[in-house]
Amino acid sequence: MNKQSQLTLTLEKRLAPSRWISFLVPTISVAMALLFGAIFLLMTGHDPLKVYEIMAEGAFGSKYGLSETVVKSIPLMLTGLGVSIAFKMLLWNIGAEGQLYMGAFAASWVALSFPDASPGFLLSAMFLAGFLGGALWGLLPALPRAFLGVNEVITSLMLNYVAILWVDYLVYGPWKDPKGFNFPLTAPFTPSADLPTFFGTRIHLGLVVALAAAAILNVVLWRTRWGYEIRVIGESPAAARYAGMNIARNILLVMFLSGGLAGLAGMTEVAGITHRLQHGISPGYGYSAIIIAWLSKLSPGAVVLVSFLLGALLVGGYSIQSSGLPAATVSMLQGAILFFVLGSEILTKYRLVLVRRGERRAN
Amino acid sequence: MDQMLLISILAAAVTSGTPILYAALGEILAERSGVLNLGLEGMMLVGAVSGFMAAVKTSNPWLGLMVAALAGGVLALIHAFLTINLRANQVVSGLALTIFGTGLSGFLGKPLIGIPAPQTFKPVTIPLLGKIPLLGPILFQQDYLVYLSYLLVPILWFYLYRTRPGLHLRAVGENPAAADAMGVGVFSLRYLYVAVGGMLAGIGGAYLSLAYAPTWLENMTAGRGWIAIALVIFSMWDPVRALLGSYLFGGVDALGFRIQAVGAMIPSFFLNMLPYIFTILVLILATREGSRRGAAGPGALGLPYDREER
Repeated sequence: MNKQSQLTLTLEKRLAPSRWISFLVPTISVAMALLFGAIFLLMTGHDPLKVYEIMAEGAFGSKYGLSETVVKSIPLMLTGLGVSIAFKMLLWNIGAEGQLYMGAFAASWVALSFPDASPGFLLSAMFLAGFLGGALWGLLPALPRAFLGVNEVITSLMLNYVAILWVDYLVYGPWKDPKGFNFPLTAPFTPSADLPTFFGTRIHLGLVVALAAAAILNVVLWRTRWGYEIRVIGESPAAARYAGMNIARNILLVMFLSGGLAGLAGMTEVAGITHRLQHGISPGYGYSAIIIAWLSKLSPGAVVLVSFLLGALLVGGYSIQSSGLPAATVSMLQGAILFFVLGSEILTKYRLVLVRRGERRAN
Repeated sequence: MDQMLLISILAAAVTSGTPILYAALGEILAERSGVLNLGLEGMMLVGAVSGFMAAVKTSNPWLGLMVAALAGGVLALIHAFLTINLRANQVVSGLALTIFGTGLSGFLGKPLIGIPAPQTFKPVTIPLLGKIPLLGPILFQQDYLVYLSYLLVPILWFYLYRTRPGLHLRAVGENPAAADAMGVGVFSLRYLYVAVGGMLAGIGGAYLSLAYAPTWLENMTAGRGWIAIALVIFSMWDPVRALLGSYLFGGVDALGFRIQAVGAMIPSFFLNMLPYIFTILVLILATREGSRRGAAGPGALGLPYDREER
C-alpha cells in the first residue's frame, strides 16, 4: 500500500469556537456520564435502569422531590457562583466547602448571641456575618497567593479541613446543646432567625438570594470595569499587567467575593434548613461547586441551571441509598460528568479532520 | 522528654510519613514530565480500597499492593488521556480525578467497612542495623514497605540526575519542544510517568489500608494526597528532599497523636488541624525560598504540548 495515501485523523484548530457545540457539549457529557454509570452499575450487579428510575422518581417524581431538588440547588448555586468567579480569573479556589462552613459558623454565632433581636435585624446581621465569615476565610489563601505566589489550590483546600474541624470542635464542645442528647449540634435558633419559606415546602429565601447573586454577578462580569479586569486577567495575566491592572488587588477582591458567596450558602443552610449549627451541614456542596462551575463554562446564568441538575442528582442519590447503594455513587457520577466535559471540550476548540499523511492542509 | 517517648515519636513519624512519601515520589515523576496531577487524593483512596479488597480476597498483602498500584495507574491514565491527548486543563482534570476516585472508593469499599485486614505488613527488625542505638528502633524496625521506600528514593534520585532516560524526563518537562526536536517522544514519556506516578500513589494508599490503619475507612486518606502535592513543592521536585519532608509531615501527624496520648488538655480537634496548618505554613516558606533561588518547578509544568505551536 502506498504510504502517501494513508488517511489519519488529526485535530485542526477552529478559528472561532462553535456556538452550537458549546451548548451541546455539557448535554452530551451528562448523557455519557450516565451511560458510564449504567455500565458500572451493571458490572457491579445492579440494574441500571431501575437505579436511574428510582433517582429520577426521587428528584422529580413528586412535589416533595421537586422541592427538595430546588432546596439542594440553593447552596450549590451560591458556592457554584463563588467558584466560577474565582475560576474566571484562573484563581483555583477549591476552598468553597470550608468557606461555607465558616459562613455557617459566623451566622450561627450571631443567631445564638442575639436571640432577642427582631427578625429583620437578626436575619440581616446573619446574612452579613455569613458573607464575611466566608469572605475572610477566602482571603486567607488569597493573601499568600497575591503577595508571594503561593499555590492557592493547596492552601484553600487545606483550610477546608481546618474549618470543618473548627465547627466540629464547637458542636461537640462549647456550643453543644445541653438538651441535645449528646448529639453534635447547637441549641436551636430563635424563630426570628428562620428564613421565610415558600409554597409549604422547605424552599427558603436563600433561593431569591442565589438568583439575585447570579443576576448581579452577570452584570458585574459583563458590564463593569471590574468584570472586564477579571476577564482580562483570566485570559492573559501578562496583558493585564501591561495594561496596568493591579493583579494582587484583584486576587484579594475576587477571593473575598468568592468566599463570601460560599459563606452565604452556609448561612442559608443553617437559617433555612437546620435552624442550628450541626456536624456535617454540607454533603460536599463546595466540591460539587467545582463541577457546576466548569459545566456552566463559568457563566452565572448557566450556574443556576446546572445547580438544579446537580441538586437533582443529590436528591436522587438519597433515594437510591434506601435500595442499598452507597451515597458515594453520586460523587462518582459527578466526577464522571466532569471527565466527559473535559474530554469533549476539545471539540469546541478543534475540529476532527481526515488528512492524508505526508500532505499538509492548506490553511 | 524521655528517650523512649522521643524514639516512639520519631518512629511514628517515619510510619505516617511513608504513604505521603510514595505519593509525592510519584507526583515528582509526573510533574517532572510536565503534567500536574491533582488527583493524588483520589488515586490514593482507590489504591487503599482496591489493595485492601485484594488482600481480603487472597490473604496476601503483596497481591493487594500490586492491585493497588495497578488501580492507581489505570486512574492516572484517564488523566493522561485527557490532558496529553485532549489538552484538557490539568488542574480541573486532576480535581475531577479526586472527586471520581473518592466516589469510586466509597462505592467499592462499602461492604469492607469494619473488616480487619487478614494479613498486613508488619514491622520486621533488620539484623544488625536494627540494633543501632536510637537509629535502629526509629529506622530499622519498620515494615517492608518502609524499607522499599528507603531503596526507592536513592534509585529515583540517581535515575533523575545521572541517567539518560532521567535526562529525557527532565527535558520533556522543562522544554518539550526542544526535547521533541532531539527525538525524545514527549507524548509517550508523559504517559509513562503519569502512569507510574499513579501507581506510586496507589501504593501510598495501600500503605494506609494494609500497614498503617490497617483497615478500610471511607476517606481514610484525610487530605494526605494534597499534603503530598504540597510536599512536592517543598521538596523542589527532588526525591531526597521529599524523603526528609515526608518525615517532617509525618512527625507533625504523630506528635498530635502523642500529645493526646499523654493526656494534655488540648481538644483533639485542634491537634487534628496541625498537619493542615503546618502544610500551609511550609508551603508559604517553601514558595519564598523557591522564588529566592529561582527554582519554580519544571518549565512546562501544567502546559499541554501542541506540536503545531512549536
